[in-house]
Amino acid sequence: MAITFTLNGKPQTVDVSPDMPLLWVLRDVLNMTGTKFGCGIAFCGACTVHINGEATRSCITQISTVQGKKITTIEGISADGSHPVQKAWIEEDVPQCGYCQSGQIMSAVALLSKKPKPSDADIDDAMSGNICRCGTYQRIRKAIHRAAGQPATTA
Amino acid sequence: MATYLSAEPQVQNRRTFLKATAAGGVALLVGFHLPASAADPAQEQEKPPVNPLNAWVRITPDNRVTLILAKSEMGQGIMTALPMILAEELCLDWKQVSIEQAPTNPKIYDHGTGGSGSVAGSWLPLRQAGAAAREMLIAAAAKRWEVGTDTCKAQNGYVVHGHPERSYKYGEIVADAALLPIPNFKDVPLKNSRDFTIVGHDTHRFEGASKATGTAKFGIDARPAGLVYAVIARCPVFYGKVVSFDATKAKAVPGVRDVFAIEISGRGASTTGGVAVVADNSWAAMQGRKALDVKWDEGAAANESSEELHKQFVTNAAAAPGEVIRNEGDANAALATQHIKVEAVYELPFAAHACMEPMNCTVHIQADRAEAWVPTQAPQWAQGVIAEATKLRPEKVEVHTLLMGGGFGRRYQADFVMEAAQVAKKVDKPVMVVWTREDDMHHDFYRPASYHKCQGVVTEDGNLAAWKHFQTSTSIAAKWGAKGEESKGQGEFGTGATVPYKSPNLRIEYTLAHSSAPRAWWRSVEHSSSGFVVESFVDELAAAVGVDALEFRLKLLGEPRKLPQFGGGPDSPPLDTARLKAVLQLAAEKAGWGKPLPDGEGRGIACFFCFESYTAAVAEVSVRPRDLKIKRLVCAVDCGRVVNPSGVRAQVESAAIYALTATLKDAITVDRGRVVQSNFNDYQMMRMKEAPPVEVHLVASEEQPTGIGEPTVPVIAPALCNAIFNATRLWKQDVRIRRLPIRNEDLA
Repeated sequence: MAITFTLNGKPQTVDVSPDMPLLWVLRDVLNMTGTKFGCGIAFCGACTVHINGEATRSCITQISTVQGKKITTIEGISADGSHPVQKAWIEEDVPQCGYCQSGQIMSAVALLSKKPKPSDADIDDAMSGNICRCGTYQRIRKAIHRAAGQPATTA
Repeated sequence: MATYLSAEPQVQNRRTFLKATAAGGVALLVGFHLPASAADPAQEQEKPPVNPLNAWVRITPDNRVTLILAKSEMGQGIMTALPMILAEELCLDWKQVSIEQAPTNPKIYDHGTGGSGSVAGSWLPLRQAGAAAREMLIAAAAKRWEVGTDTCKAQNGYVVHGHPERSYKYGEIVADAALLPIPNFKDVPLKNSRDFTIVGHDTHRFEGASKATGTAKFGIDARPAGLVYAVIARCPVFYGKVVSFDATKAKAVPGVRDVFAIEISGRGASTTGGVAVVADNSWAAMQGRKALDVKWDEGAAANESSEELHKQFVTNAAAAPGEVIRNEGDANAALATQHIKVEAVYELPFAAHACMEPMNCTVHIQADRAEAWVPTQAPQWAQGVIAEATKLRPEKVEVHTLLMGGGFGRRYQADFVMEAAQVAKKVDKPVMVVWTREDDMHHDFYRPASYHKCQGVVTEDGNLAAWKHFQTSTSIAAKWGAKGEESKGQGEFGTGATVPYKSPNLRIEYTLAHSSAPRAWWRSVEHSSSGFVVESFVDELAAAVGVDALEFRLKLLGEPRKLPQFGGGPDSPPLDTARLKAVLQLAAEKAGWGKPLPDGEGRGIACFFCFESYTAAVAEVSVRPRDLKIKRLVCAVDCGRVVNPSGVRAQVESAAIYALTATLKDAITVDRGRVVQSNFNDYQMMRMKEAPPVEVHLVASEEQPTGIGEPTVPVIAPALCNAIFNATRLWKQDVRIRRLPIRNEDLA
């Protein structure tokens, strides 16, 4: 079944089984490997992408449901790693193994687009769907504040 | 704020510039935790002399410098720390450096990455390699200028003579330098640490930018041309076997290409065997597996359960002493005296590694060679396993070591490599065997489950009169040892029997408990259990005599002593009680130990020595019935000289959260011979909302660098549980957590 959507600003058509999750279309059909497979049940957030601007778990999103929608992946948030969130991630040395960080960054970018100056509680709410097994949470928090142009912790 | 050194990230395709010359000699490490001396200088010297301007650093005529990394990056920051050591001795400008993964060649490189030993073991060899290369560059420049080498020096990627106007970029002289005699590594002059400009300075993670842009290539991201994907149906019961299978429905799934059985491999790679489903993409392979009808012979393990294992533990404890591991003085006699006696039983469950990147491996077998893309802590073992499966000579197996989305010991194994090799033999294209999260949870090599009965005697004046510890556990040795289940668990005791607290009577006993659940090295290995037990029990002893937990420890650590590591070899450095005391005091001071807290709040402290490093932690908690809030963790670490302080802090933060997850959430349980938990819904990870701030304080030290990836793990559970005790002291019954993970009902 042919499905057409916008991927990182460009039209994209794929011809795959309609129930195939977007995650596997990205990774195995389009070879866009920045979006990661972690759990397959929307419990870890490694596969997070934006669909029409909303942070969404691509591992449980059937490809048939994205017909006509706008999808942004980690590869699409900047051409060269210059998005403020990416710069903050590098500056705070957030990644360790780094496997979850595409998903973390996509969740953080979605948060900042809605709340440009998030509180710690806002960050907790927006980011607690993303697991980091390396435990980089306090650096993620600092990096989000940095990207927002705020001091490291809000009261 | 720290000023960071930064390198332009130039993640490049690995190019094999070093002709692989290995013939066999694959180090099959089926052992226990790696000694820090895995790459010690003595061993290094036995390897054939290598040209450092080829093996460790490559400089192009246009002055681009590539440093070679022989260890595997799994998040621990080794891709930054080890090249920093080379760059320091080479007097490079860090900004000009790029980094490349070494080809898999155990004749030249010591690839194995584990046991928190990479910096400790590489520190001297890499300094020597870098210094040798530097001396060769200086000699080449001196020769051109026709001056003595003692009138030249290396700085910032140049050799300089006299004043800065007279200089060569390394790239201008490297062709000459590479042909000069190779200095004897043992005699080459090393830089004075006062002159270090890179080592000891906060340095950004080399591959950080690639991980912030999604361009970093993990094992699961390998995409060689023509790649197909496979998943394997494995018997859910440990050591079960395929009896028969019907692939009709599986083959009808669009995209499925083939379905076939693979054998159980032997003790080394320890695979489960099963039925492989090969497809055009991972999803189709998973759908094919769902449609597969497999008849299993579940075998003898099908009766095993966690309840049955607990009964074994209790039975073994009742039948103590079992084997006497260590006996000094007469602990039993001391237990019969009139002093204050304390007895406590502790229990820890199996724990899974749960790396974020599920296991995977890609293998392409061609006519007379094989190529593999492996996220592995042991590329040399991966190479050996593929050679074994394909009957190729190891040097005909090219292993590309890719980034790992977490390792924690899990990726020292080669089960997933063997599976991929077995599947690749039946596929004429590159094939990736990919595990789902459920596969990962069900077929891990778990941290052993263990049960500990501790008895102690304390005198009224706060001295320890006896320490007795009976342990029964499903040991790692019994899983891997040549005698299988008969193997005793000596490896379970490295630190459990090296009690740093002075006691005239010390007795350690052990009985092996039987389980079919595979066990192996989980972050900090046996120390995660030993730390919890020793540091919880010493806290109970302090409370029994009403002495402050910090004072009690400091008193029993006593005057500076150097204690041999129990079971350690002649090269194992002793436990230095002065260094242990220092981290304890540092953590206490930074945490405000002794300052009053409101009712319902408390602090707990713990310290430990493992991987030759010293750690301490103070946890501060607020406890209400069925409600625990961890307010902060303060960690102090002495891991000798610190190469990259930012990286070391990150490892302490990471180990703390990893250990908190185990303390609060993780238990792998077994029912009917299979693992009950299957994914992050029932094997939960600590999330941002719950994660406390972790403060890290490093001891400035000129000692040899020692481990950092793991040593913080063992102190976290006892610090937290001791804090809960102190926070609940005003309750009707104070709360001592002796069984992990902590349950809500424990705080009722």
